[in-house]
Amino acid sequence: MTTVDRPLTGETGAAELNVLARKQRSLARDALERLIRNKAAMLGLFLILLFGLVALLAPVIAPYEPTRPFDAQGKQNPSLMEPLWGNPKYVDPRFSLGTDQIGRDVLSRLIWGARVSMVVGFVPVALVFVIGVTLGMLAGYFGGRTDQLLMRLTDVIYAFPDLLFIIIIMATLRNHWLGEILGGLVLIFGAIAVVNWVGMARLVRGQVLSLKEKEYVEAARAIGASHARIMFRHLFPNALSPVIVAVAFGIPSAILAEATLSFLGVGVRPPTATWGSMMNEGYNVFSTTPWPVLLPAICISIVMLSFTFVGDGLRDALDPRMKL
Amino acid sequence: MTTYVIQRVLLVIPTLFFVALITFVLARAAPGSPFDRNEDRPLPPATIERLNSVYGLDKPIHEQFAVFLGNAVRFEFGSSLTRDRTVADIVMQEFPVSAQLGVQALLLALVVALPLGIISALRQNTAVDYGSLLFATVGTTIPSFVLAIFAIYVFAVNLHVLPVFGWGTPDKMVLPTVILSLGPMAFLTRITRASMLEAIRQDYVRTARAKGLREQTVIVVHAMKNAMIPVATVLGPFAAFLITGSFLIETVFSVPGLGREFVRSILGRDYPVIMAVFLLFAFLIAVANLTVDLVYGLLDPRIKVGR
Repeated sequence: MTTVDRPLTGETGAAELNVLARKQRSLARDALERLIRNKAAMLGLFLILLFGLVALLAPVIAPYEPTRPFDAQGKQNPSLMEPLWGNPKYVDPRFSLGTDQIGRDVLSRLIWGARVSMVVGFVPVALVFVIGVTLGMLAGYFGGRTDQLLMRLTDVIYAFPDLLFIIIIMATLRNHWLGEILGGLVLIFGAIAVVNWVGMARLVRGQVLSLKEKEYVEAARAIGASHARIMFRHLFPNALSPVIVAVAFGIPSAILAEATLSFLGVGVRPPTATWGSMMNEGYNVFSTTPWPVLLPAICISIVMLSFTFVGDGLRDALDPRMKL
Repeated sequence: MTTYVIQRVLLVIPTLFFVALITFVLARAAPGSPFDRNEDRPLPPATIERLNSVYGLDKPIHEQFAVFLGNAVRFEFGSSLTRDRTVADIVMQEFPVSAQLGVQALLLALVVALPLGIISALRQNTAVDYGSLLFATVGTTIPSFVLAIFAIYVFAVNLHVLPVFGWGTPDKMVLPTVILSLGPMAFLTRITRASMLEAIRQDYVRTARAKGLREQTVIVVHAMKNAMIPVATVLGPFAAFLITGSFLIETVFSVPGLGREFVRSILGRDYPVIMAVFLLFAFLIAVANLTVDLVYGLLDPRIKVGR
């Protein structure tokens, strides 16, 4: 089998050299290839990009202002017009997906709602990432009092469902000036970040605790690398896999939190269009006029499923052993 | 073991204390008072002052908190600020409804998920398995209130087979119970399948087969017994799951339970009710987590809880 001692000459030698010189594949590239082969994840990614594009282009592609109620022009009151496939008697061709109870175009509201969902998905998770990774790394690396404090805090917050805490924060501070900025979005970002950063910090801390005992960290320290360099050049890249997975699942859970809050009536302030608030506003008349509630419900389902497919795909791709 | 139990029980107290503190501070930091809901016809200042002093809202905040904690221990939360009833009264009347809904949903989840998870593990990579995996993904991903909307649309609006609102008769309980159970059911199916898959590959299962035991005995007695340990550990978080689920499901289906009361008290800034219900939820979750931690130690002798 082994031909190591034989001098490398002629054809065989070149072939063998080729084997040795085979292009090295990085872990990231391997993971990426596994992800691309995952059909569900790719479908999810495609749908997310589609919704992202809709969100980005909302002002261009939405046919009407999402908050503008149409006046009763002509014979019919334009509130609760049915979608194009509905009863022709109550269809107005101007509104392809119908109108809601105060005469606003449902399609435009859905499009602008996508924008809120996408922003709510990414902003709080970015906050959680920055705060959680930084504090988790510091706590895991240096230990001591910061670490103690962090663990006590996580114990308290971990004991309760995130949503319960977020609802309490929203319910109490919604009428505060904090809750007025950007229709309440800023408070939602804050509430989600405040509740979720501890989970991220705990995850990173755990990773760092086990990684910092590894030989390469010792080696780095031996050649005089600074603490900051060890943390960001050596520990961070190696702790990244589970963090990426946590981020991938953090985004849909943030979107869901906003939808839930708005559905309960403590989320984004009216008249801003969000999928959750559309469901809240239409719910009273749901049994007779279902579409203003049903359509956002379908959008939420598609987005949630897409993110789950991508999250599952990422988890399987980054660490096949983590498969549940 | 005893030391561990005592430690774990004592840990519940600071946790509840902090939860109470956070809620209390937040509730009082909120602008506006429960007495200023009608902006066109505000109450006269003298009346508000009188109301504030009756409810103790004029005292310094730390005093209010001390009074509140003292009362909370005796489960006295005073009267609702918006309804003419005591908080204890409201909780007494509505808790049984929520408890019944939660227990029914949990039982339904167990009855469906355990067999489904086990069968799909035994028939890995067949249609049954893919079906149950699909169910597990959809059930854990799509939020309960969205599922509730779809269910109402299909069964109540289109087929007219089930009532949508209310509680009390069996037909009214079907939709809320089923929808609330779907999330836990899906999650439990996933865990059971994964855990069973691992168990049937173990050496002791092969040994049991080699001894010539009947397949049924091998699965039920040998594999399942060990596969149930991870399943038991996730039952703790289910208390939280069912509680957060309950306030959405109860609101959607107008079930007169504590979950709906919680949402209503939040929208109406009814502090005593918010605090009481939130603390009760916190207490229930803490007890559930504690129970599971302790039961885990009993189920799996390898885990030394005494440490």
